Amino acid sequence: MTAPATVVPAVTSPVTAGTAVRTQGLTKRFRSGQVAVDGIDLLVPRGAVYGFLGPNGSGKTTTIRMILGLVRPTSGQAWLLDSPNPADVLPRVGALVEGPGFHPYLTGRANLARLDAADQTSDARTADRRASEALERVGLLAAEGKPYRQYSLGMKQRLGLAAALLRRRDLLVLDEPTNGLDPQGTREVRLLIRELAQAGTTVLVSSHLLGEIEQVCTHIGIMSRGRLLLQGPRDVIDSRGVARVAVTVAPGHVATAAGVLRVLGLDVSIEELTLGAELGTLAPARIPEALVHAGVDVTGFEVRRPSLEQVFVELTGEGFDVAR
Amino acid sequence: MSLAEAPAQSTAAAYWRLQRSELRLVLGRRRNLVLLLGLAAVPLLLGLVLFFTQDTALDGQGPAFLGRVTGNGLFLVVASVFLCLPFLLPLTIGIASGDAIAGEASAGTLRYLLTVPVGRTRLLLVKAVGALAFAAAAVASIAVVGLIAGAALFGVHDVTLLSGDTVSLGAGALRVLAVVVYVGLSLTGLVAVGLFFSTLTEVPVGAMAATVVVAIVSGVLDTIPALSAIHPALLTHHWLDFAEFLRIEPDWGVIGGGLAVQAAWVAIFGALAWSRFTTADVTS
Ligand SMILES: Nc1ncnc2c1ncn2[C@@H]1O[C@H](COP(=O)(O)OP(=O)(O)O)[C@@H](O)[C@H]1O
Ligand SMILES: [Mg+2]
Repeated sequence: MTAPATVVPAVTSPVTAGTAVRTQGLTKRFRSGQVAVDGIDLLVPRGAVYGFLGPNGSGKTTTIRMILGLVRPTSGQAWLLDSPNPADVLPRVGALVEGPGFHPYLTGRANLARLDAADQTSDARTADRRASEALERVGLLAAEGKPYRQYSLGMKQRLGLAAALLRRRDLLVLDEPTNGLDPQGTREVRLLIRELAQAGTTVLVSSHLLGEIEQVCTHIGIMSRGRLLLQGPRDVIDSRGVARVAVTVAPGHVATAAGVLRVLGLDVSIEELTLGAELGTLAPARIPEALVHAGVDVTGFEVRRPSLEQVFVELTGEGFDVAR
Repeated sequence: MSLAEAPAQSTAAAYWRLQRSELRLVLGRRRNLVLLLGLAAVPLLLGLVLFFTQDTALDGQGPAFLGRVTGNGLFLVVASVFLCLPFLLPLTIGIASGDAIAGEASAGTLRYLLTVPVGRTRLLLVKAVGALAFAAAAVASIAVVGLIAGAALFGVHDVTLLSGDTVSLGAGALRVLAVVVYVGLSLTGLVAVGLFFSTLTEVPVGAMAATVVVAIVSGVLDTIPALSAIHPALLTHHWLDFAEFLRIEPDWGVIGGGLAVQAAWVAIFGALAWSRFTTADVTS
């Protein structure tokens, strides 16, 4: 592992309203010797939707288990809602960890009732109403009376979300909430996350699919082989890596266009009628301006920001696959 | 932004809310109900066999109380409990206690209970009480069906004890109740062993089987004379001491000794289960 951890400052505003999750040198070495999480400093500001991204096996779930107090760190420390002791704040945290887990022979509603009964701080008198609201919210009200074992994968995932929403939460920790969902279900989860965030809930959401949740995130952290490669506000991450520009021109204008771009200091590559170049520090708007000025008939113009996946590949030199 | 609801209940009320949920889970589960029905069938079958063969089948065999069943239905309770002790009851205990933590781990529900959060000590206590309640239900279902079947088939009368003395029906019934309670308490050590195994694995069947094996091995060791030095400490050694209650003067030293051995097993394996469960990584 040679890639250095590149961490950009995570909090844009100087006023810290407290953090939802913070870790310091958090490390887990399993008894097998496997270092699943390797000294990560996570910082999830309050109010953020933090996309915790990384390939399968990169250590996301293990990190989440440590944050929630399920797994004891080998070294380092974690603070949940500014508390070093998860048990104190967990009633304010809804969690979905490594897929849903329910009693197969109990109905969806009975499973929720059991979790609510386990909560020392929840009000038994409102349990039914809150369960109904949560089921309604995830679109599972119609199947509430079916035994869990008859649920489809997507329904199971929804019940997991409903459990996390059984009461008002300050923080939701959602580990791969879109696993097993069809595109429509995935869209619904994104919408749900957006709604919750607008209502003031901080969301820490993990995924091994970069594209699935990227769009709803205000912050992003990228894991690879147990390390946090990169973390920070979305726009800061987006501006990393090199943007490319692609200009398409009418037949006969290619040579002129190439000349103009070279004058602008770009290293041009030509493919039929399309000229491509790395943008560098040049303001993209100057390109069509200069081309039109030189009388080039521009038929297409596009600036391509690198995708997160490309940023990932640039950082690690490897693809977004299972790393080990 | 903080908790929307203030603590709505006292700690005790909160504990019982989860405990009730656990009891419903354990006693409402179909597999467990089938087990209870199976145990309840033992006195019924035994009673019917004795009724139709009228004594001759078991006369002169086994402990004295087997032969007394046809004379007094109360003895059907004792005889049935006796028949279930070597295997059926340990099997039932193994299933109930081995499933306690490992069952939640294998269903993936353990991580969700712990993040509710339920304190690990509290959860272990709730699980232990659930397993004990099932053990009690198991013994009770044998006893109740035994009593009903015994009364219906043979009638209940004043009780002639093993010593030959006769006590009134009321006093005799009380002694049979004492036998049942003693047997129930004799199973607590095995519950603790099963609970400990249950904290070691995510595979409930493994914990269940290991628990049953402990009871069987204990029974085997108890028959090896060379090991007589350790016999008094064995989990199963004092199980049959319930017969003390059927003597005119029960030896309270023997009964107390049997219960003390169970208490020791409960203390040791309860502590082991607790230390394991409160420190283990939950990766299920
Ligand atoms: N209980 C465990 N014992 C040993 N290794 C484990 C255990 N759980 C996870 N690992 C290993 O730790 C690494 C990280 O796993 P995980 O945190 O589940 O990754 P992710 O959630 O990002 O897919 C993987 O290589 C996995 O094999
Ligand atoms: Mg995972």
